[in-house]
Amino acid sequence: MIRYVSGRLAQSILVMFLVAAVAFSLFGFVGDPIRQMITEDASQAEIERLRDVMGLNDPISIQFWRYISGAVQGDFGVSYFHKRPVGTLIAERMPATVELAGLSVLLSVLIGIPLGVYTGLNRFGRVARGLMAVSLIGISIPTFLIGIMLIYLFSVILGWLPSFGRGDTVSILGGSWSTGFLTISGLKSLILPSITLALFQTTMVMRLVRAEMLDVMRTDYIKFARARGLGKRAINFRHALKNTLMPVVTVIGLQLGNVIAFAIITESVFQWPGMGRLFLQAIQQVDIPVMSAYLIMIAFFFVIINLITDLAYYAIDPRLRSNTLKGTANA
Amino acid sequence: MSLLDLKDLKIHFDTRRGTIEAVRGIHLSLERGEILGVVGESGAGKSTIGNAIIGLLDPPGRIAGGEIWFDDRRIDTLSEQGMRAIRGRRIGMIFQDPMTSLNPLLTIGDQIAETICRHSDLAKGPAMERAIELLGEVGIPDPSSRVNDYPHQFSGGMRQRVVITLALCADPDLVICDEPTTALDVSVQAQILTLLRRLCRDRNVGAIFITHDMGVISEVTDRVAVMYRGRVVETGKTSDVLTHPTHSYSKSLLAAVPRSDVRLDHFPQLDYREAGDTRAERKVIDLATHWLGRRAAEPAANDTPLVQVDNLTMRFALHHSVIPSWRRSFTAVRDVSFEIHSGETFGLVGESGSGKSTVARMIAGLYQPSFGRIRYDGTEIAGPEAQVMSASMRQQIQMIFQDPFSSLNRRKRVSEIVSEPIRHHRLAQDKAEADAIVADLLEHVGLGAQAARCYPHEFSGGQRQRISIARALATRPQFLICDEPTSALDVSIQAQILNLLKSLQAELGLTLLFISHDLPVIRQMCDRIGVMKTGELVEIAPAEHLFKAPQHPYTSHLLSLMPQVAGQGKLERVNDR
Repeated sequence: MIRYVSGRLAQSILVMFLVAAVAFSLFGFVGDPIRQMITEDASQAEIERLRDVMGLNDPISIQFWRYISGAVQGDFGVSYFHKRPVGTLIAERMPATVELAGLSVLLSVLIGIPLGVYTGLNRFGRVARGLMAVSLIGISIPTFLIGIMLIYLFSVILGWLPSFGRGDTVSILGGSWSTGFLTISGLKSLILPSITLALFQTTMVMRLVRAEMLDVMRTDYIKFARARGLGKRAINFRHALKNTLMPVVTVIGLQLGNVIAFAIITESVFQWPGMGRLFLQAIQQVDIPVMSAYLIMIAFFFVIINLITDLAYYAIDPRLRSNTLKGTANA
Repeated sequence: MSLLDLKDLKIHFDTRRGTIEAVRGIHLSLERGEILGVVGESGAGKSTIGNAIIGLLDPPGRIAGGEIWFDDRRIDTLSEQGMRAIRGRRIGMIFQDPMTSLNPLLTIGDQIAETICRHSDLAKGPAMERAIELLGEVGIPDPSSRVNDYPHQFSGGMRQRVVITLALCADPDLVICDEPTTALDVSVQAQILTLLRRLCRDRNVGAIFITHDMGVISEVTDRVAVMYRGRVVETGKTSDVLTHPTHSYSKSLLAAVPRSDVRLDHFPQLDYREAGDTRAERKVIDLATHWLGRRAAEPAANDTPLVQVDNLTMRFALHHSVIPSWRRSFTAVRDVSFEIHSGETFGLVGESGSGKSTVARMIAGLYQPSFGRIRYDGTEIAGPEAQVMSASMRQQIQMIFQDPFSSLNRRKRVSEIVSEPIRHHRLAQDKAEADAIVADLLEHVGLGAQAARCYPHEFSGGQRQRISIARALATRPQFLICDEPTSALDVSIQAQILNLLKSLQAELGLTLLFISHDLPVIRQMCDRIGVMKTGELVEIAPAEHLFKAPQHPYTSHLLSLMPQVAGQGKLERVNDR
């Protein structure tokens, strides 16, 4: 167990280090930061002084070390565009994105898994076939179109739900996190964007669970469970579903990372004040500190999620827990 | 009234190409406490009967006619709900492969307790205690701690004991055993059969043994029903049927069982056929004119053995670590030395886990040995001074694997599969020549040239093994490694495949390394035999010596475990327990 976790941790740290190196190299590749910070009539002496103050004349290794040790403490420098610390900027935006992404993944799991089990078990039923057809639509229609259609129906025609923004938010955890879950308008605002974002993943989870269920239901141990007279519920959920979970957990983990990193389109459609829009602006303004910080942060999310996924495997599958080679026990 | 009565049972499978009649009106009955064997080749419909009784026919299978009566109740018309109350509680079932019959994610205790709770009023706690008690009864050591283990922590034989516990934990009156020991070793098989027989006797449980293994039938059953293409051709007391079969199919089936007591020139083939049951005949190869005779290099005809294995050792790491004292390894093969002479068949026999397949894989170059060396035709191919195997040498060594289902690429046509080595080694001038060779090879292994256009899934196990053989022959090999080539197959098909190998060997002068756990087969096939036990070679002797006068105690032990078929030597073992 300790071996397994420490091995994964070591890998994660290596990945983060490499990503930090890439993020750091952005500063060198995408132009001289000094040029973007000063006015055009600054003298050469002034520029040199600024370079010295910012440490740009130090060797690369020392600069990199400074960058990493700053990043570890949440200090990613100052945004060229916003003129504010990048760490603060991201911290302000993160709750919006994380709440949206978390809710949409939760929705996709809560809806996708039961639907997947249902369509897997009633492969030839009418409802199941209908669901499969609808799910194709969910996979093939682009997110922005679904968002616009939802806004048109629920905000413009019916007027039930707000069409943009987060609504009222409440600061919790000593002001470090602003949540939309505690107000009516915040919750209402979450509905449309989270459904938009969840639709694609729901269909994917459903199709994956269905395919895995079809496979598992054909295995010998399910047949043997049936031959022992076990009830439907025990067979479908206790024996079958649990065995389908490994790939499902993998995909959900990757999806959560994806949604956090690339909810940009949904955030744009709903004018959601999340990190996606911050990142989009940063690209337009060549705001390198924000871009590199974003890169590191997304990598960090992926690494953490993958670590949790690996630990989930460990919890689900007892075969990973034992060190003994299969078949060496005495006959 | 009997415990179970099948009256004119018909089972049909509706497919796009029409209805397949898997079972064509059979009558069978079973008394309480009686053990009935159902024997036949694969495709005879024996498993279908077992599945029909317990109501688990795989779609599109359906009962097309007849009745199933169990304990004075007609059960073939029961609803799914009604059947669920019977399954497990009144009728238990044991499947062939203990490796796949258990849910890998639940502890065995959970699986047993769940079944007990389902069929009784016991709560989880007492059910767990009962599970421990039952596990002790089937001979699992230290059941109170093993009950919390997962299936993968058990060996095959132990898992089958768990499966038996599961099938019997709700005290059923009837247990259906579908090939219960086919996936197990001889020694484990003997233990499991004894256990099953004892449990059935003690609990007065009726049992149906579905198997293709005459040895199992002879060891365990009271009565036997012989099936051929959906019909029962003969039923009777086991000892009667085995010694004096009346139907000609039973006679030929019995004759096809490899004999452990005498060595014959060829395996007796199952020659009984009805109309519509066609098998292709094969032609004899004349090496002088045939493509297979044009070998790249003939091995020098001198006294050096073709294959020489010295002090071969193979270790697998179980636990990797930077710190040497933390490392754990498992020695699969320890200090094995033997030689194989040109043109002979060398057999390796032993239980599973004895390292025989590992030896084969090292010779084939699939594993690198930890120590020791392997020489082929005087050249070292593995070991400290090994040279990179030349293409022509790789061409001379070919392997036939145990499982004909997983060793063929199912996305490729047979023509592509068989011609791949030809193309790889550039043995043919052009595609036309390659195609001609493939057609010829398929002809010679008895499949017919038209098989080239098909995909592997269109063939049965035996036919697929022929494709494997054709593929192995396509490189014009000198030396064939056969790793349990027939253990997945029926006796009748086994006889055909082994005869094919024998004829090919005679015609092509092949050298064979033949690996099997089946002693009668080894006796019929091999000139010399090596016996392996837990990674070590305990005895090497010419086949006849080994069977008549085994030197090592382990060899005698193995020989004593061979299931005996009544009518072939020892008869007293039938029904005397």
